[in-house]
Amino acid sequence: MSVLASLSIESIRAGLLTKKFSAEELTKQALAFAETENPKTNAYLTFSPERALAAAKAVDAKIAKGEDPGPLAGVPVAVKDVIVTRGVRTTCGSKLLANYIPPYDATAVIRLEQAGAVILGKTNCDEFAMGSSNENSAFGAVRNPVALDRVPGGSSGGSAAVVAQETALVSLGSDTGGSIRQPASFCGIVGVTPTYGRVSRYGLTAFASSLDHIGPFAKTVEDAAKLLQVTAGRDEMDATSSSSPVPDYASALNGNVRGLKIGFPKEYFAGLSGDTATRVYQALDDLTKLGCELHEISLPHTAYAIACYYVIATAEASANLARYDGVRYTTRSTNANTLSDMYRHTRDEGFGEECKRRIMLGTYVLSAGYYDAYYLKAQRVRRLIAQDFATAFQEVDAIVAPVSPFPAFKIGEKVADPVAMYLSDIYTITGSLAGIPCMSVPCGKTSDGLPVGLQILAKHFDESSMFRLAHAYQQATH
Amino acid sequence: MKLTEQEVRRVAELANLALRDDEVVRMTRDLDGILLHVDKLNELDTSNVEPMAQVFSAGETLRADVERTPLSNADAVANAPVTSGGYYKVPLVIER
Repeated sequence: MSVLASLSIESIRAGLLTKKFSAEELTKQALAFAETENPKTNAYLTFSPERALAAAKAVDAKIAKGEDPGPLAGVPVAVKDVIVTRGVRTTCGSKLLANYIPPYDATAVIRLEQAGAVILGKTNCDEFAMGSSNENSAFGAVRNPVALDRVPGGSSGGSAAVVAQETALVSLGSDTGGSIRQPASFCGIVGVTPTYGRVSRYGLTAFASSLDHIGPFAKTVEDAAKLLQVTAGRDEMDATSSSSPVPDYASALNGNVRGLKIGFPKEYFAGLSGDTATRVYQALDDLTKLGCELHEISLPHTAYAIACYYVIATAEASANLARYDGVRYTTRSTNANTLSDMYRHTRDEGFGEECKRRIMLGTYVLSAGYYDAYYLKAQRVRRLIAQDFATAFQEVDAIVAPVSPFPAFKIGEKVADPVAMYLSDIYTITGSLAGIPCMSVPCGKTSDGLPVGLQILAKHFDESSMFRLAHAYQQATH
Repeated sequence: MKLTEQEVRRVAELANLALRDDEVVRMTRDLDGILLHVDKLNELDTSNVEPMAQVFSAGETLRADVERTPLSNADAVANAPVTSGGYYKVPLVIER
């Protein structure tokens, strides 16, 4: 059994301060367990034992000197492999970056370590975070620890799997259209997409810059909130990071949700069926019992979100992925003599099928003659979708919805049909387009034992209300 | 069909992707399916809606102009597949 099974951020801190165990001992045990268990899921791509032990020893040294070891002291954390780590291989799930050793750390990584966290390693993901199942990784699919023949969700499948498998206590993922919430729901854990700009994107490999977020995974709302607390806040290395003050999220976890106005959008429930519907409706009942006021609301442009997203995200991706051209990043085709052939063959040989599809779609919608019809059109529809939420939040404090239309599916089941795979992101993409905070919290299991997630969405920078509701719900139902 | 194989080859050229023939066939089919779905956007009249390029309008993008240490040359080229004397090296572009 994992040493982490019965631990939390708080109990690790208590254990360290009362000398029950040292950070070095905990790190060694957690690493040994993770290395033994990892072949079952393929969730870690790289372990970073040297960096982990150095961080653990620094925590122990601070405690020995009577200094505060930090709010995440000794906490074993895993980081999605699209977030750069100085000196530790960062592949983005791509063959192109199989040997890429970043020369700097992402701001979120620096902040984790400053808070005393111990980074055990880097987690598998869909190539450049493009996918909903983690099957698009050049290093093999990740298996869901809850059901090994099923996907863990994507694109942050590895970061969700390590928390569910207890090979890390918490982890960082990234979300562009649902890549934190959907794997959290598939693996039965908590996953948080904060407000756009709440966590610096510096060092997050760019996929779609106006939609990319870094956010935490944890077993509990409390631990996820603690990770966000440390990573959130203005960073001058990311011009889109916000200087809006970061509130004390822990103080929101007071269980007081009586009278909270909760909206449930009719568009999200109309097509919902099966065990997912049963679990999510049960969650609505549970919220009522906690004293929340439920209101049916409408987000009328929901049906346009996927079309809108796949234009904007791919347009931005086609620009962001232009840099992988065989000049700067580790891999160059040996199959070319001219500069232009070097670009073309490096990219054709290096990118997987899904990346190529998105680069092509993005290039097409930005090309002369189509820019207005597709790209500008999608940007206008994006505003309508954002306005739907702004209008709804005049009436309600938070919105609840399903995360995914179905639970974790079998590996290989959906790979043949890209449009069907895209359509499965219907409930998560809207929040991403609006840039509002949203999260997945476990809401029971299907009759097959597969986890179902409840999505909670809140106003820009109102993570506190989202956490308050999610924490009260988790406390009442577990 | 919204898209021809010829158009797909043209887009591949713009994207600097050397697609193989079998990839062109598959890509044409896949992109066509996606664009068909994207057409749904035309149901909406957006003539009076401003495009939304960013979640928040650009605000605090300036910082104090203070000198700071950049990446070293060695760090900057460390991941390049081919380098020469601290520079990236690429195939010949201009004939002498």
